[in-house]
Amino acid sequence: MRTGWRVAEVIGVSQETRTARTLRLRLPGLTGHRAGQHVDVRLTAPDGYTAVRSYSVASALPGDELELTVEELDEGEVSPYLVHGVSVGDQLEVRGPVGGWFVWDPADPSPVQLIAGGSGVVPLMAMIRAHAAADPASPGATAEFRLLYSVRSPDAAYYGAELDELAGSDLLTVTYVYTREAPAGSPVPPGRLDARALSIAVLPVSANPAFFICGATAFVETVADWLVQAGYPADRIKTERYGGMGSTP
Amino acid sequence: MTDYLDGNAAAGPLSEFFAIDVTTARGRCLHCGRTDALATAQLYPNSHGLLLRCPGCTEILLRLVDTGDTVCLDLHGLSFVELHRD
Repeated sequence: MRTGWRVAEVIGVSQETRTARTLRLRLPGLTGHRAGQHVDVRLTAPDGYTAVRSYSVASALPGDELELTVEELDEGEVSPYLVHGVSVGDQLEVRGPVGGWFVWDPADPSPVQLIAGGSGVVPLMAMIRAHAAADPASPGATAEFRLLYSVRSPDAAYYGAELDELAGSDLLTVTYVYTREAPAGSPVPPGRLDARALSIAVLPVSANPAFFICGATAFVETVADWLVQAGYPADRIKTERYGGMGSTP
Repeated sequence: MTDYLDGNAAAGPLSEFFAIDVTTARGRCLHCGRTDALATAQLYPNSHGLLLRCPGCTEILLRLVDTGDTVCLDLHGLSFVELHRD
């Protein structure tokens, strides 16, 4: 399942927010994947020009289907097509799912602290879904999960209803930080995450949590630095910065 | 701050060369000796491939050049690579 380009069929599309869409793909031969992995998507223009981008898998499905949530980027080469152009029945060239580093392992009993900046929530959602669906006998199935989700405004948040439902259980806590616009009646004004709010929201050093941080480069680096300064071991912090994979002539 | 990605995003391109996911392997920087998973390296994609730089000293660990017909891998910035069998 690791090498080479294969053809996936788009079998479902749903609007996630005003600027993001979730695509459900069927990839013949796929038998599940690890939570946190990504796929590379390659688009080829009629003149042979190709563009490749990496997208995190959002779902945690056991079979040959997976979901990607794609945020449209201004001046993007690939995301506008995936958000607006693709329809059910279309085919996409896909490589993966790949990546064995930024993944949650159900065999790991550690508590897990997830920290998302914007669309960086996508691979973390795969981990939350994998955790919710884990075999109850696996050591990680009863591990405490926390998500700290920094997002511009309530209507820019992905997976709202599903996160609300999952956060009703004992195993997941979700904390939102709204950077530009808070929900009506919120006691907390909108503003960027700071070191103090971070330290209140995340699992304590004594819990020795496994951290997964995903977002834009500046967000990821700032948050990881704060955590190290607060005494969390650097080798417990895994990061994924998002961006393009370049294009080939 | 120069914008770069994490080495784990190189898993796809490197899968053309390696039968396992080499981004989880630990590599030692030839220049400074830092040893860590390649997934933690700084990834700089460009129009014809990618560079992985050491997160410690920013020297080049690995270069991949893709011309379409051929793809070339230069590993000379790594003095060893260590795999863990699961």
